[in-house]
Amino acid sequence: MKNQPDWQPTASRSALKSRAEQSAFVRGFFAQRDVLEVETPMLGRCGVTEPNLDGIHAQLDAQGIKGGWLQTSPEYHMKRLLAAGSGSIYQISKVFRNGERGSRHNPEFSMLEWYRTGFDDETLMTEVADLVCGWLECPRPKAISYRQAMIDWAGIDPFVITQSDLHQRCREWLEPEQLQNLSRDGCLDLLMSFAVEPNLGTETPVFINQYPASQASLAKISNVDGFDVAHRFELYVDGIELCNGYWELTNVDEQRTRFEADNRLRKADGKPEMDIDEAFLAAMEHGLPGCAGVALGLDRLLMLKIDTRDISDVLAFSLERA
Amino acid sequence: MASYSTNEFRGGLKVLLDGDPCIILENEIVKPGKGQAFNRVRLRNLMSNRVWERTFKSGESLEAADVIEQDMEYLYTDGEFWHFMLTDGSFEQYAADAKAVGDTIKWLKEQDVYTVTLYNGAPLTITPPNFVELEVVETDPGMKGDTAQGGSKPATLSTGAVVSVPLFITIGEVLKVDTRSGEYMNRVKN
Repeated sequence: MKNQPDWQPTASRSALKSRAEQSAFVRGFFAQRDVLEVETPMLGRCGVTEPNLDGIHAQLDAQGIKGGWLQTSPEYHMKRLLAAGSGSIYQISKVFRNGERGSRHNPEFSMLEWYRTGFDDETLMTEVADLVCGWLECPRPKAISYRQAMIDWAGIDPFVITQSDLHQRCREWLEPEQLQNLSRDGCLDLLMSFAVEPNLGTETPVFINQYPASQASLAKISNVDGFDVAHRFELYVDGIELCNGYWELTNVDEQRTRFEADNRLRKADGKPEMDIDEAFLAAMEHGLPGCAGVALGLDRLLMLKIDTRDISDVLAFSLERA
Repeated sequence: MASYSTNEFRGGLKVLLDGDPCIILENEIVKPGKGQAFNRVRLRNLMSNRVWERTFKSGESLEAADVIEQDMEYLYTDGEFWHFMLTDGSFEQYAADAKAVGDTIKWLKEQDVYTVTLYNGAPLTITPPNFVELEVVETDPGMKGDTAQGGSKPATLSTGAVVSVPLFITIGEVLKVDTRSGEYMNRVKN
């Protein structure tokens, strides 16, 4: 017998049908709320500076425009639409993250991203709960601060713990030599993934909010109880991280400072520095309206809907068959 | 020797960890959306056969282990070493010590073919085929006609292995045995 490649889909017909129903549900949800559906480029001129996200470099060559990046998120393009006066918008798109492959990751995946003008993180969390609980028919999430979640499940206070105590705590998973060049946020990410996350949302879905300012990414920062915290939230259902939202930073100077800080972290990590997306910053300079935005993994939402722990069950063709 | 970074980790890859050759069983990426990625890796230590679970930061790498598996015919033992020969026509011979032979000793029959795992060119483990056919050299007298009923008795095979067999089995018969469970399968007709 000839050794033929696996050509069959990894998802069942009923999973494909659930995906179509999910898309229809999402579109109905936003149509009702008068949020405009948009499409922005999947192939962009710039990548992102995010220290822990690796885009996929494209070999574009079209009348003088070369290179390009498959987008890790439609965020910058969508914010340019917002700056141009689009009003509240949403998008269902494919995004790409290099190296991420496993039972919950595929390098190409489906993202639902939306921005609501005039919303803050609190009001957007309510809308996320409406969408997710409406589709999954699950209880409404409760909110726990990042600090409280770390105290409850990892047994540390992330805002006051000393670096050496933090390393000591991480010894449960990593050897001393592996910890040597792991940053404070890297250690916290380890505890989040291994000590906290498995406990999140097993009974009812859980929002984690008030992240440390160092993990603000593109969120506004406020002082809460004497600590700088980011207006950022994530939703966990059954231990699965489903979305990441911000009350969006609108200050262009602060945004540029954060991009430059990202690149310093990339350099320290031995990763290539990334060009800063000047078109995005120009749009912010022009003025991003006050808004909150969130990115939600649609493949993971579908995994929860059809009760599977393997992302390939919800993808027509996961990477090895793509 | 080459090395593999976490992005290349996959089941079956042979790597060096803490100086021991290991085979990767599973590699799972764990990553908060915008945070540092880690790899949760399950490996079997090929020296101790123990399963290890280790965490790596994405981008870390492990040295490749010079481990290969080859089919070899068992030749003989001199009491200290067990000698095997490649079946690829090269007639190249390898000597395995008692540690490498391990429990497989009770399934070793001259001229049968075994999987020899070589580490840095020396036999690390010997794996028998899933099924072997061996002659009964010792067992209590068989009971004629007692083929349907249950009941079993021990039988010693030509290699020294003792397996539990039905009562009707007699000395001189050849049996098919599952080496993974050590269970008798059936008689082999000559």
